[in-house]
Amino acid sequence: MEEKNIILSVRDLVIKFRLRGDVLTAIREASLDLYEGESLAIVGESGSGKSVFTKSFMGLLDANGWIDSGSIVFEGQDISQYKTEKDWLKIRGDKIAMVFQDPMTSLNPLKSVGKQVLEAIELHQNIRGDKARKKVIEILEDVGIDEPEKRYRQFPHEFSGGMRQRVVIAIAIACNPRILICDEPTTALDVTIQAQILDLLKALQEKYNLTTIYITHDLGVVANVADRIAVMYAGDIIEIGKCEEVFYNGQHPYTWALLSSLPQLGVKGEDLFSIKGTPPNLFYEIKGDAFAPRNPRALKIDFLERPPYFSVSPSHKAKTWLLDPRAPEVHPPESIQVLRQQWEVESNG
Amino acid sequence: MDRKDKEKLLEVKNLRVEFGRRKKNKFVAVKDVSFHIYKGETFGLVGESGSGKTTIGRAIIRLNETAGGEIIFDGKRINGKIDKELDKEITRRIQMIFQDPMASLNERAKVDYIVSEGLYNLKNYRDEKERKEMVEKALLDVGLLPEFLSRFPHEFSGGQRQRIGVARSIVMEPELIIADEPISALDVSIRAQVLNLMSELQKKKGLTYLFIAHDLSVVRFITDRVAVIYKGEIVELAATEKLYRHPLHPYTRALFSAIPHPDPRKERAKVLEIYDPSCHDYEDNPPRWVEIEAEHFVLANERELDVYRKMLESPDETYSL
Repeated sequence: MEEKNIILSVRDLVIKFRLRGDVLTAIREASLDLYEGESLAIVGESGSGKSVFTKSFMGLLDANGWIDSGSIVFEGQDISQYKTEKDWLKIRGDKIAMVFQDPMTSLNPLKSVGKQVLEAIELHQNIRGDKARKKVIEILEDVGIDEPEKRYRQFPHEFSGGMRQRVVIAIAIACNPRILICDEPTTALDVTIQAQILDLLKALQEKYNLTTIYITHDLGVVANVADRIAVMYAGDIIEIGKCEEVFYNGQHPYTWALLSSLPQLGVKGEDLFSIKGTPPNLFYEIKGDAFAPRNPRALKIDFLERPPYFSVSPSHKAKTWLLDPRAPEVHPPESIQVLRQQWEVESNG
Repeated sequence: MDRKDKEKLLEVKNLRVEFGRRKKNKFVAVKDVSFHIYKGETFGLVGESGSGKTTIGRAIIRLNETAGGEIIFDGKRINGKIDKELDKEITRRIQMIFQDPMASLNERAKVDYIVSEGLYNLKNYRDEKERKEMVEKALLDVGLLPEFLSRFPHEFSGGQRQRIGVARSIVMEPELIIADEPISALDVSIRAQVLNLMSELQKKKGLTYLFIAHDLSVVRFITDRVAVIYKGEIVELAATEKLYRHPLHPYTRALFSAIPHPDPRKERAKVLEIYDPSCHDYEDNPPRWVEIEAEHFVLANERELDVYRKMLESPDETYSL
């Protein structure tokens, strides 16, 4: 792998929330290096902490949450130490921007679409008047909105779901951020529109020189757009690697489970692979591998000690005891083996 | 199986559903839709949001009024004005599972009441004891424990809540279940659980499903036959695998070309087809609903039918309309 600049570096981040008198640990010592210009997908179930993790980069944690320990280094500064809104405003929108899930609720219904993009530009870029207006029209064109002059004056309700998501993206990129976080950008959209929005995001990444983070629970969506994939479970990144590495050579039992529960890999008429049980309760301390109680192939040590990262390749590592040289050989489920074989056949042929 | 062996449980003929009373704001949500569902099969209805797929489901279960056409269930017409007895019977024999288990369960009621509500309405049980038995059996059938009866919905996870949703429909011992996006609000791992539960119940009780969804890979996995709906009209209908392998109508092709694969290489090689409704010349050559080959229906005019027939003969070449 060629040397890449690290744009954001998270080390041993712990995020806690206070809820009804109890303390919940949402992120448990997660570390991540984000490379400049890459697109990273963070995949996990709801409650795995993927949204909380990325929201902490922008100081958007709910009032009852706080960064307990660890660091987030961005442009040479540890932004996890930021306390005031004033500090965060330098980052939020300007440097790191976010596209939210539901385009139906993330726009202001009382303001014209153009005004909403204009607002972002005026606030962050210090351009005003006609110049700003021109810039808005340019951006609207960039995100694939036809007749931007006419659309500028229209209101969100006059736009379809896909078009609204384009406007949301326009607002996010209006201030030339360095990192764009897309939180489930396509879940609320239809398949055909979904594919178009992903294509758009890919094109914009190149044009605006963005580093993008996709947050999603659907592995099918990220196969197309992600350079790297991080799998998150119970507040920790349990496997990270290049897209191909995670799909074809995944190592953590949770990655296997997540992949094989996809209906695309199921055999018709047979039961679909399903993960038993529920994610761990984060109010309690988790011992060992957090996935062990749901893992039918769990080893004894999985219940006792938390696994460290084992490297699979320079770009691929996973937190599972299965990679320890002392571990017995455990075969992944059938559908994963099929995926692997296909890959090996194609790579050799 | 020969189709003559199969019994049609539900037949929808030229269904039309309109919203808005006056001419000015009248909106035709479903126009001239015809299909039938065989007993014991899973029939899929796919399309984008606003295409009318939910409206069709709601029209069948008598939540939406129909403006034209017929819905025939087990030989009897069930749309429009029907007598009270039949209405009661239909309510029992057709049930629905809703999309969002977070929103579709009464937060103030215990599971016992939620599951029994249909029974209370129809009073089709002899005494309290029998009702209790029926409810407990329904819970066991969906993999929940009878002691959950005295709990409230907020005490359950999303997957368990959807199981409660399934329990309250099967407690009525229905024959047809309309599942409107039953898993799209659920997490990937829980989706698999609910899908497995649905097919298990189908095997055990001989249920028939109308499965409404926009997630094409789920539909491919679970349905036997599938209809593709676009702006209130069904454009193509066939056995699921056949349709996914050789879609004919340009909208079906566009839809299927967008399905995400959990396989980076396939995904990057994928070519998106975009559907442009202006490719049809329907002005002077209107389309018909034609059975182009056995059990494969498509909405097309004569010129398009010629192209589609060629496509069926040699499916590997590329065609344009």
